[in-house]
Amino acid sequence: MRLSGRNLKCVRGGREVFSSLDLSAVAGEALAVTGPNGAGKTSLLRVLAGLLVPAEGSIALEGGDAELSLPEQAHYLGHRDALKPALSVAENLSFWRDFLGGETEDAGRCLAAVALDHAAHLPAAYLSAGQRRRLSIARLLSVRRPVWLLDEPTSALDAAGQALFVGLMRAHLASGGLIVAATHLPLGIDARDLRMGGAA
Amino acid sequence: MSALTALIRRDIRIALRVGGGALIGVLFFLTVTVLMPFAVGPDLALLSRLGPAILWLGALLASLLTLDRLFTADHEDGSLDLIVMSRTPLELACAAKALAHWIAAGLPLIIATPVLGLLLNLDGTATLAVAATLLAGTPALTFTGMIGAALAVTLHRGGLLLAVLVLPLSIPVLIFGVAASQAAISGPLPFGTPFSILCALSLASLVIGPFAAAASLRHGLD
Repeated sequence: MRLSGRNLKCVRGGREVFSSLDLSAVAGEALAVTGPNGAGKTSLLRVLAGLLVPAEGSIALEGGDAELSLPEQAHYLGHRDALKPALSVAENLSFWRDFLGGETEDAGRCLAAVALDHAAHLPAAYLSAGQRRRLSIARLLSVRRPVWLLDEPTSALDAAGQALFVGLMRAHLASGGLIVAATHLPLGIDARDLRMGGAA
Repeated sequence: MSALTALIRRDIRIALRVGGGALIGVLFFLTVTVLMPFAVGPDLALLSRLGPAILWLGALLASLLTLDRLFTADHEDGSLDLIVMSRTPLELACAAKALAHWIAAGLPLIIATPVLGLLLNLDGTATLAVAATLLAGTPALTFTGMIGAALAVTLHRGGLLLAVLVLPLSIPVLIFGVAASQAAISGPLPFGTPFSILCALSLASLVIGPFAAAASLRHGLD
């Protein structure tokens, strides 16, 4: 599987965020998107996720499921956690598992993998920022998607959480997955660096 | 299909929990209806003549009250991004969300109608007629309102804009809803004529609403 973007250009609010950007990543490889604030890391991830339309350029995913588009084969972990405070931890997770569909994993096991199984019946409103992040990460595990688009994935995670997430990313890459992560901190896994911005 | 049932079940569950909109809509409906006799005065004949119109206005405003959270809540917490990316067509997801909203916020209004009819001096037939027209007409309110909710999704405090956008669209529903109720009570028109137009309006909005809402959600993504 190969994810490639060619000559990408993104314009937001009349301002050019980035232009003539090329990227490529193959299965089992992680791409770390780095750069100063405002360099367009989040915009790039949202373009890849199909949530922003690039002003120029094209994105292709070769070797995936031909019936599905790139966003349909991708997980997007954004700044916002997509959790409902009124629902319990288990309800939040099983909703996304049922809604996203495809190859699913047992919800209880996913919660255990991020060490949240003790809080399964707690309303999500009572979770700390780090626990919310863990719950979002459980979503990535509950449904199998080959491409992970991660925006500052380790923010709010404690040291144990970061170590845990590194393990999960390694497992995902080992199973033929592909990761594009925007980050300021070292990811903790072998990743190719995509440096953005600076002179823009 | 299971994706849509999951979405409907989630939205209903959230609406029924603390802080959800379902109960607030009914309470608002109750308040509007209870206030009317105080404003109009204790003229029973006048009240029963105005009754269907008052109930319809109350239901319209109550359904509008909770509609602005239809997409904004999902937009603010990032759920909407995932819904847009998912393998479920956005049109179907919009339809499922509107259906869930109608079940959680529209049906309780209809169930409350017989009780509120008592306060407005409506007899059994009249109350039944109003409830039937609400049952046929409120889906149209929800599904046209959804278009406004989708347009206003990226705006903070979009609720007011929603009302300005949606209320004009709901005029036909209001006209035929009240006309059908009046026809059942006093004639001379047969109840069926305006009622079938009301049903037609609902069916048309059932088709148009999800497509229009999905299109404006896609356009408004940022």
